[in-house]
Formats: sequence, C-alpha cells, structure tokens
Amino acid sequence: MLRDITLGQYYQSDSVIHKLDPRVKLFAVMMFVITLFTGNHYIHLAVAALLLLVLIFISGIPFSYIVRGLRFIAVLLIMSALCIVFFTRGRDLWSYGILHITYEGIQKAIFISIRLVLLILGSSLLTLTTTPGNLTDGMDKSLGFLEKIKIPVHDIAMMMSIALRFIPILMEETDKIMKAQTSRGADFESGGMIRRARALLPLLVPLFIAAFRRANDLATAMDARCYMGGTGRTKMRPLHYERRDYIAYLLIVLYVILMIGIRILMAIIG
Amino acid sequence: MSIIKSIRLSHAYKRYDESGTEIVRNQVLDGVDIQIEEGQFVAILGHNGSGKSTFAKHLNALLQPDEGELYIDGMLTKDVEKLYRIRQNCGMVFQNPDNQIIGATVEEDVAFGPENLGLAAEDIVERVNDSIEKVNMEKFRFKSPNHLSGGQKQRVAIASALAMKPGCIVLDEPTAMLDPKGRRDVMEALRYLNHELGITIILITHHMIEAARADKIFVMNKGKVVMEDSPRHIFARVPELKELKLEVPQVTEIAYKLMRQGLFSRCDVLTVEEFAEEFERVMGQRL
Repeated sequence: MLRDITLGQYYQSDSVIHKLDPRVKLFAVMMFVITLFTGNHYIHLAVAALLLLVLIFISGIPFSYIVRGLRFIAVLLIMSALCIVFFTRGRDLWSYGILHITYEGIQKAIFISIRLVLLILGSSLLTLTTTPGNLTDGMDKSLGFLEKIKIPVHDIAMMMSIALRFIPILMEETDKIMKAQTSRGADFESGGMIRRARALLPLLVPLFIAAFRRANDLATAMDARCYMGGTGRTKMRPLHYERRDYIAYLLIVLYVILMIGIRILMAIIG
Repeated sequence: MSIIKSIRLSHAYKRYDESGTEIVRNQVLDGVDIQIEEGQFVAILGHNGSGKSTFAKHLNALLQPDEGELYIDGMLTKDVEKLYRIRQNCGMVFQNPDNQIIGATVEEDVAFGPENLGLAAEDIVERVNDSIEKVNMEKFRFKSPNHLSGGQKQRVAIASALAMKPGCIVLDEPTAMLDPKGRRDVMEALRYLNHELGITIILITHHMIEAARADKIFVMNKGKVVMEDSPRHIFARVPELKELKLEVPQVTEIAYKLMRQGLFSRCDVLTVEEFAEEFERVMGQRL
C-alpha cells in the first residue's frame, strides 16, 4: 500500500531534463510556483499547463505515471475545494441554513484546484527526474550562501538524503512489525477511524525504538568513515554547468517575462 | 612494528543517577593485551558480552580507553590530532548491513569516505572504481542498496572501508545477519583482501568455522583475553572452549569425541579433509 506512492520517486530515463543540473531544476520549480501564485487569470494557468505538458513529454515519463501520484493528495484537494466553495461570499446559487454555495465560490475553487494540481505536478516532475543525491547536492550548493547567516544548509541536505535513503527501510520495518502483531491477533483493519488510529499506537512504539537504534548505528558508521560535517568535504561528481543548463536558465527567464507580460496585458485590457 | 598494539586496555560502561553518583558499572574491557602484526588475518572470538565489540570500537577510536593504551600503526588513539588518520587507517564494517550504508547508490556510498577526506574528484573516482572492483560489485554500481541482498550489502560496506586505503579492516560480526551464500561471499572477499592486497583483517565473530582459517585467534571472556594461539592449537582445547560457551567446528567436535573414546590421538582437525585423513590413518593402523 505505502509502496505505490509515486509522488517524488525517482523515475530513471535518459532525457535532457534528467541530465539538467539540479540547481537549474530547483530554480525552475521556484519560478514555476511563483508564477502560478502570482498569475491571476486562466491564461496564466493555461500557459503553465502547456509548459508542464511539454516538459513531461520531453522527460519521457509516462503521463499516467505522474498523474497516479495525484491520487494520494486527492482528498486534500477535495477538502480545500469544498472549503472554498462553502466559505466564499457572493451571489447565491444554492443555500440551506448556514450553508451557501455561491457562483464566486465555485469559480474560485476551480481556479485554485487547477493551480494546486499544476503545483504538485510541477514539483513532482523535479523529484521524478532528479536522484535524491543530486537533489540534495543541488540544494547544498545553490543555497550555500545561507550558511553565512548561520543556516546549516549542508547538515539539512545531509539529513534529507539520509531520510530519503531510510524511507523504504522503515516502510519494510513497519510492514514487518504489522505482520508480527497481526499474527498475534492485532487488528488494523476493522473499526472506525478512532479505533484504527488507536491500533497504530503499539505499532509506532517499536518502530520509533528501531529507528533510534538505526540512527545510532548509522552515526557510528559515519564517524568511523571520518565524517566531520561539511567543511573540507569534496564531491566525487561536483556539479558544473554545461551549455544546456545556460539555455535552460534563459528559457526560464523568458517564461517568467511572458507571465509578467500576460499580467500587464490583462491589466491594460481590463 | 605491530599494526595494532594494546597495552592493559580497560573500559567500563558507567551509568549515573541525577546527582552524578555512579549506579551501574560494567567492566567491559579489563586489561586487554593484544598485539597484531601487519598482514595477518586475525579472529577474535567470544560469546555475547565478552567485550569483543567494545574492543573493535576502540580500534577505530570511536571509544576511548579508561586505562591503558592502544596504538594503531604507532599512533596513540587518545591523541585527538591523529583521530582522522587512525580512522582512515583502520576501516570498520559493522554487523547490520542496512545501518552502515549512507549513500543512495552503491557508488555514492563507497565515495562517502574519500569525500570526507577532501580528495580531488578524479582521485575519488579512481578509489571508488578500484574498491568496487575488488569486492566484485561492478554490476551493482548504480543500484540502490535497498535492492541488494545482505551479502552484497556487506560487500559494499567492505568496499567503502577499502576506499579509505586502510592498513587494516576491523569487521564486527559481519556475517551474523547473512544467509550461508552471503556468508561465503563475504569470507571470500576478506581472504582476497588479506592474501592479494596484504590488508590486515581483524574478524570479530562467534562462528568458529570462520575463525578456523585465520592466522591467529584471540579468545575473549569477561573483558579479558583468555587464549591466544593459532587455530589448530586453540581448537585442540575443546573442553576449555566449551566452558567459555563457544561452539567448536563440527568436525573438531566429532574428532574430540572420538579422541575421548580412544580412537583418535588428536582433535585439532579443522576441515573435513583433515578429518578424513586422520580417520584413514587411524583405520589403517587398526587393520
């Protein structure tokens, strides 16, 4: 069950997007998100969606594979859409007691839902085309300037990469503990929400203990291999820009300019 | 000069209550004298709680002795300035393969050590190529460790230690969680490193069979070294080993029983072939 989360799992392929420097991709996602949230017209969303479609096509990742990742946040999407529908004031379409559905509410809900879907697809394209190691490397390097204001960027990047490495191991462990408890009569499947949540408690305790033990072992192993933090550490494959990376930067800037242009144009037209 | 030399090494785990008075004191190492020569294949035996794992952590300066001294290649482990070089010189492989692999791919993990040493990119690549090849894992170079078997993961851990270009590698029960095939592969890799590359191997184990082909065995009990000899001489002392709750290899056990029956004249046979030879000799005499 937990295993088929495609959201953010690296998908191996040989595309240009896979080969781009992670720093470029991080910048691209940042710009994509900013333009999504500053864009206030459907044209913005249409341009962003079109761009995304082209990128997905280039990346060679099957469209269905990416969309499958959306399933897991569908609940979140529906919840937020419902909230917007019910809490936006305007011209009533339907009302019952204190509940109102307004024309504006529906419009806004659709707009924001599309925005969220694009946001999620865009950022999952980043993690789908970038290995965790590369991604953390990119963060480490492009955010390195933050070290000057005492933000431990290297340590955060290291923690992230270790966390990513241990996700499948801990999932396997969870599975094992669950089976062990089920075999002794524990019941994870029946009952209401509260009962089910309660049943998880005895699962979490051994899981946490095991995780701490692993953390301790791993720290010892890192010590034994001369790990002393980020200072003085080098890389086997240091990041360096190539021509395609500069071209990508240029395209991203053009995209941002286009989005700003649309906004100005819309303001003039009214 | 010995690559490892410990002089009256002692270590105790202590626990204190809130006011700082000692409530539990567990003397794990109690005056350990061990000397290991360069290029040797050494096994350290002992049942659980004999102090063998604690000793291993001292070898990498992960722990510091309360009393006594430990020299790695002439460097005192207490010397903080030498810490870096000691850890580089004395690679470690632990029991649980999952808890010691840091990288997301085999290659990344092997590179982790050299990266910490601050080497140039080309040197790192060279060391990684070299180490992966020596443990026969080229095929899995770009694979995630999560997709490997236990034995393969342990070989990655050995490659990772190897990438530091150590003089010796300390393995703390590396085969305890492996199946027979994985166990065999790991042992083979270790023998290769020892014979072909001259790396000193210190194998901590409670599997007698693994120790049988070592140059020298140290047996530990309650924080002390109680026996120190070649495998042949150690295994001749079956009753003593049994008292220390150590299992002798099956053939040795049978030979011992036959010796007690007066059939065999010795019980220091380590392999099936040796047993067969001795058996033939004895039978030849009888006929």
